[in-house]
Amino acid sequence: MKEELLKRIVKTPDGQEIEIDPLRDYYCEAGPTVQPPAYTAIIEKLFNWARSESLWILGFGTGCGAIEMRPLMTPRFDAYRYGIQWRPTPRQSNLFVISGYLSVKTLKRVIRSYEQMQGPKYVVGLGSCTINGGMYWDSYNTIKRLDDYLPVDVYIAGCMPRPEALLAGFEELKKIIRAGKAEGANQYAANFDWYKANQKSVIHDWDMPDYNW
Amino acid sequence: MRIPWALLTLFIVINYGLLMTALVQKIGARVGRRHGIPIWQNYIDMLKNYALRTSITHGVMFYLGPVFRLSGGVGLLLFVPSIYGSEMFANFSFAGDLILALYFVFFGTLGMALGAAESGHPYSAIGITRGLSQMTAAELPFALAVFAVALQYQTLSVTEIVAAQQGGVLHWTLFTNPLAVAAAMMSFLGSMMRPPFDVVLAPQEIPIGPPTEYHSSFLAMMQTNRALFPVAKIVVYMNLFFGGAGSWPEFFLKVFLIYMVSAFVGVVFPRFRVEQSIRWFLIWAVPLGILAVVLV
Amino acid sequence: MQQLYDTLSQRFSLGEFTRQRADLAFITVGAVRLHALLRHLRDQEGFTHLVLLTAVDWLEDGQFQLTYLLNNRAKCQDLGLRVMIARDNASMESIHDLWAAAATYQRELREMFGIDFPGSPRLMDDFILEGWNAAPPYRRDFDTLEYARATYRERPGRETRDPAAHMKQQLYGDKGDV
Repeated sequence: MKEELLKRIVKTPDGQEIEIDPLRDYYCEAGPTVQPPAYTAIIEKLFNWARSESLWILGFGTGCGAIEMRPLMTPRFDAYRYGIQWRPTPRQSNLFVISGYLSVKTLKRVIRSYEQMQGPKYVVGLGSCTINGGMYWDSYNTIKRLDDYLPVDVYIAGCMPRPEALLAGFEELKKIIRAGKAEGANQYAANFDWYKANQKSVIHDWDMPDYNW
Repeated sequence: MRIPWALLTLFIVINYGLLMTALVQKIGARVGRRHGIPIWQNYIDMLKNYALRTSITHGVMFYLGPVFRLSGGVGLLLFVPSIYGSEMFANFSFAGDLILALYFVFFGTLGMALGAAESGHPYSAIGITRGLSQMTAAELPFALAVFAVALQYQTLSVTEIVAAQQGGVLHWTLFTNPLAVAAAMMSFLGSMMRPPFDVVLAPQEIPIGPPTEYHSSFLAMMQTNRALFPVAKIVVYMNLFFGGAGSWPEFFLKVFLIYMVSAFVGVVFPRFRVEQSIRWFLIWAVPLGILAVVLV
Repeated sequence: MQQLYDTLSQRFSLGEFTRQRADLAFITVGAVRLHALLRHLRDQEGFTHLVLLTAVDWLEDGQFQLTYLLNNRAKCQDLGLRVMIARDNASMESIHDLWAAAATYQRELREMFGIDFPGSPRLMDDFILEGWNAAPPYRRDFDTLEYARATYRERPGRETRDPAAHMKQQLYGDKGDV
């Protein structure tokens, strides 16, 4: 763990001595809770429809597949007409596209970003690397199975999948959401310990709280 | 009896604003040869955001930020008559409503500053710093133009200003005081959050600026305001400079056309940095405003 | 380049000279006077730019080869200096005082090959890997496949085919050689 994250006693400019514990002071430690559908079936259905038609993707390209998302914004593919938008902050987005290979270093950032997103949230694994490692199956620093670390709703196979494949994958995700089966956030909360154990088994320098909100 | 009618105005304007901003976004997309979002996308996005199951807060001001922002838009709309000559849609206009409108234009941004500061995210703080400095520079010519108009008509009541412009297009302030209108329209470009003056909120810039930390219903409230506020602001412009509106169809048409001014400029010109836009306002718009005040 | 080699060999003891192209050559030099040689090249011969600093693992010889690639912008020439150092407890003089950028290369080499550069700034900081706790991964005796198997769980059902044989089967079926 980095020195600046350790618990220590510091002297303030006015001479007081205070104890600071950055991991506790900067973050909230309460774990995630399962949030079941709260309303009657018909309203949940409406909400699920709205969720499916308004997919906000977190603009976080984790690997080479990020390049496949750029054409989706352009006139040729124009994903906006399907209600798909890109948001630059995890707070506002509800779809995380893991675009390609995920190194352990990136996985750490991915977990932090994922946990900052507000539920219900969805994860799409893009490319073979997220499914079984793809061409990085023997690499020393990329994970092989994304669903060990995050709950994944849809996988899009290919190396790389074309933008059309992405659009098809998003349509598939919409069907899952409309059917009310995209409960990844709840799955994550319910199996929180299992996910954390998996994450910590590959991230050796765990210098953040167990849950970043 | 005024309150239900005012609420009806609010309802009409919010829906109109949601559709119109989507339409303008579609027009912008067509310029880029895209299809653009569906016209009802704003409704879906809002519904989705209200339907999110989790949200986190950073404190009281974090809650109040969007509330202030929305009340800025609502207040601006409700204290200015939306339809001239209509008892029903005069809202809460009174003798000095022009000054109140000027205040409400700025109110939302200030509320946003408090909320964004509470969120503690550095990007919010940077965003709001840029936003406030740009807003201040942009509002200056508008305030000057409003003074010029108030001097010209010798009144601070929006209703009377509209009344003075009736009787033909040539009676509009646009033709009786073109300098003031030019200054105000430049300021208008700056406050519509469209290019070239959208560096504060643009998603590609320092991530999305002030609302970085806002999500779920907080964000939905701000989206409501994003639909409402431009229309409310245009209503002020329409009343002051373009002869007001005598009926809802006229209202819709005029608001759309005035909005399109900023949309046109937006699709043609690239984005200014903050210091560039401030310089632009101070060099081009403020002298025009001063000239308008002097010449009245 | 030959001329440069001749000039240099009057002042320094140089090893093998390999001329790859008209504007690219490699010289094997000893580790001891490397620093002085680099300084001379930078200040006197116009090789002002450090293009890269990298390493090769000669496992069978028990040696690391460090390659310092320099560029002379004025003459459009590249000169590579090869230095062989012992593989056990590998250590090399730092050149961050000649090119500040070298410190980053040295951090990388420390992390990926385990070569020590005493005195180099931020040498022990993580460069790419975070919290790495096994042998340096670019050393050839580090078994990447074994490490990946042990660390990252696999999804069952993965097949590997020889691309040439597989495509032949796909395209021509059982018709054999065409």
